[in-house]
Amino acid sequence: MSEIEKGQVMTANRLRDGEVVFLTRAGVWSEKIDEAVLALEPQAKAALETRALDDVKKTLVTGQYFFDAERINGRIRANHFRERVRTLGPSVRPDLGKQANGTAGGFPVFKD
Amino acid sequence: MYRYDEFDHQFVGERTAQFRDQANRRLSGEMSEDEFRPLRLMNGLYLQLHAYMLRVAIPYGTLSSRQMRQLGMIADKYDKGYGHFTTRQNIQYNWIKLEDAADILQALADVEMHAIQTSGNCIRNVTTDHWAGAAADEISDPRPVGELIRQWSSLHPEFSFLPRKFKIAITGAPHDRAAVKVHDIGMRLHRNDKGEAGWEVMVGGGQGRTPMIAVTVREFLPEKELIPYLEAIMRVYNLYGRRDNKYKARIKILVHEIGAEKFRSEVEAEYARHPQQQTQVEERELSRITAYFADPKFEKLSRFNPAFEDARRGNAAFARWAKNNLATHKKDGYAIVNISLKAPGEIPGDATGEQMRVMADLAERYSHDELRVSHAQNIVLPHVKLSDVFAVWQALSEHGLGAANYGLAGDIIACPGLDYCSLATARSIPIAQAISRRFADFDREQDIGNIKINISGCINACGHHHVGHIGILGLDKAGEEYYQITLGGSSSENAAIGTILGPGFAFEDVPDVIEKILATYLKTRHAGEEFLATYRRVGAKPFKEALYAAA
Amino acid sequence: MPLLKNNAFVADDWVHLDDDTPVADQQRVTVSVERLVRDWDDLVRFPGLLGVRLTNTSREHDLTPYVPQLALIALPFPAYTDGRSYSLARQLRLDGYQSELRATGNILPDQLQFMLQVGFDTFEVPERFGLDVWQKASRQMSLAYQRGLFRKAGEREVWSERHQGFTPWEEQPHAG
Repeated sequence: MSEIEKGQVMTANRLRDGEVVFLTRAGVWSEKIDEAVLALEPQAKAALETRALDDVKKTLVTGQYFFDAERINGRIRANHFRERVRTLGPSVRPDLGKQANGTAGGFPVFKD
Repeated sequence: MYRYDEFDHQFVGERTAQFRDQANRRLSGEMSEDEFRPLRLMNGLYLQLHAYMLRVAIPYGTLSSRQMRQLGMIADKYDKGYGHFTTRQNIQYNWIKLEDAADILQALADVEMHAIQTSGNCIRNVTTDHWAGAAADEISDPRPVGELIRQWSSLHPEFSFLPRKFKIAITGAPHDRAAVKVHDIGMRLHRNDKGEAGWEVMVGGGQGRTPMIAVTVREFLPEKELIPYLEAIMRVYNLYGRRDNKYKARIKILVHEIGAEKFRSEVEAEYARHPQQQTQVEERELSRITAYFADPKFEKLSRFNPAFEDARRGNAAFARWAKNNLATHKKDGYAIVNISLKAPGEIPGDATGEQMRVMADLAERYSHDELRVSHAQNIVLPHVKLSDVFAVWQALSEHGLGAANYGLAGDIIACPGLDYCSLATARSIPIAQAISRRFADFDREQDIGNIKINISGCINACGHHHVGHIGILGLDKAGEEYYQITLGGSSSENAAIGTILGPGFAFEDVPDVIEKILATYLKTRHAGEEFLATYRRVGAKPFKEALYAAA
Repeated sequence: MPLLKNNAFVADDWVHLDDDTPVADQQRVTVSVERLVRDWDDLVRFPGLLGVRLTNTSREHDLTPYVPQLALIALPFPAYTDGRSYSLARQLRLDGYQSELRATGNILPDQLQFMLQVGFDTFEVPERFGLDVWQKASRQMSLAYQRGLFRKAGEREVWSERHQGFTPWEEQPHAG
């Protein structure tokens, strides 16, 4: 079993279309949670926060916040099911949202 | 139905232009989100789990074919091919882009619609009986008064920053199909001995985390006093409603905390204190509006239609549908057709753009160009000749709209829940789908009979769980979905808040729980007794035993 | 803080006194509502113009005996979402108060027209918006559905436009 890292992910909605996005190491916003930075210590978190607030000011994104997550075998899993819904799309419409366009996270909303 | 005149067009047009300017200022960074949020909300634009959501007002639930077609066009062009009809007779689109929002509002304005005040702490879309103007038991069509209230409440300068949102529902019939007693203000039409119309005014009902039944503050308010009296109620609420706690800010809390008597005397004192002639309902304005709601040209028909009867005898599927989905029309030879948006396994209240166009075409051809949206998230064709009903059913069935479960166990009210809503604590749609699949067997569902199963995905109760005969409330318990069951609620003229049965249940257990409740009902009922009557007779005990005894 | 009146920034010629400073030697003073009640016997003899600063939990009818002597009533908006002062303003105007009604506190351009419509005529506004923004904001909508409003922004009442020949109830005179 590989090691599980616990940390936080910065998320927001893209201002112009509302798409759920996550802040990446390169400092850009990605539609895929697996490209997000998992901030493991306060310093990394502070850097993400600064970047996010800057992008809110630049009107790239809106409604930014952190959520708890963990990395398992190289993929990021949100702790709370609400956030897992946001990484996939509506569970009742598997034909829509990230789960349908190749940007889905790697974990189901609920246990398989 | 109502048609905009030049002033209505100008009003909505200016408002649309204003929003376009605001959205552009937001997109360009001139305006911050904090400044923009209340403005976009006042125009129905939310930020939800996956994208922006636009809630469009359907005043008193009435639509023309042209309007319904436009809603379908918006679903296809700006959303992902569908929309969701809500428990407040509105429609929501789930995948809206901010950069398209002003164009959508323009498309709505083109067909005399808007999204004004579908959110925010203001007076929301006024709702009414979805059979208004067609029901056999109606005293008078409440929609002219609905339109009067729509106009009066639109951008009311005094009441746009209330302590909290404010919902008004009205009914013109003794049988309450508009849930008026669980609204901030509910009004019911009465006629006195002299034949004059007057409104019973009820205040302080509501659902959410503190469900309450409204109290009557006026038994019989003459129609011309309606607006000044509403202003007095709104003013008392605006001045004295709590603003320190969002969860205690609705008018029901004010009524509850100061007491119905004191509240009534505050309103009456406010009403008496100021001159009313400036705001009184003028006869000529009310008759101008009423003229738009005149009956369509009904044919003189016999009560009995042989072709309809033959079709019923010859086609079992049609007979089943006709038994549940038709309601008595005030004119002989006509029926009210209720289209269930609840086919087993489908999402309650969702319709595709194509389905909207099909329903629009049917309304144009068979229902005097009119459709209604019900608070139970179904669509109504209010004026269909019995001789046309079979053709309507055939067309509906071809497009997945022929479900025969209107009013039965599969006809479930469900909010969007955690699949879409950022406030939700659990999912509600998949629960509804599982239950409607479970009871899809027609004979069994028919045997169970009239029942309202209502599901909310959080305590805010958009899915009306408090007033479901069976209510289901989805919660988050330590990171797992968890569902509380209430029994005995009702939104009718005998309104009641349901009682919580006991500890809640896991997601996957809910269909079995409902099964056990209904099995208990079937065992316990007297002949011909509906679920709610049985519950009121025997109480919660046998149901509790069935659910918790083994544990 | 700029004072907006009749679509222009004007100087505030009122002196806003705390509860202990004497009123002597002033032309125009406002006092708190507590002081108005406390010192009424003295204030009623004040030869200049007298105004009061209400809180938005004041009850309008408690003020009734004093209103005829008042030349300014200031109503606060502690947050732009707190709409109590809209109703207080409307009550005062409906009861016939005709002098200056001033909005203070948290005022945004998108609310200016609503404030005009319930009877406010002067506004203490934040500095970050230019006069052009306020001028535009005062006439965002050219129509109002409600009857019995104040139409200082020049918008028309839908009702009376529809029913030509009807004389809308009297326009209230502007302050000052």
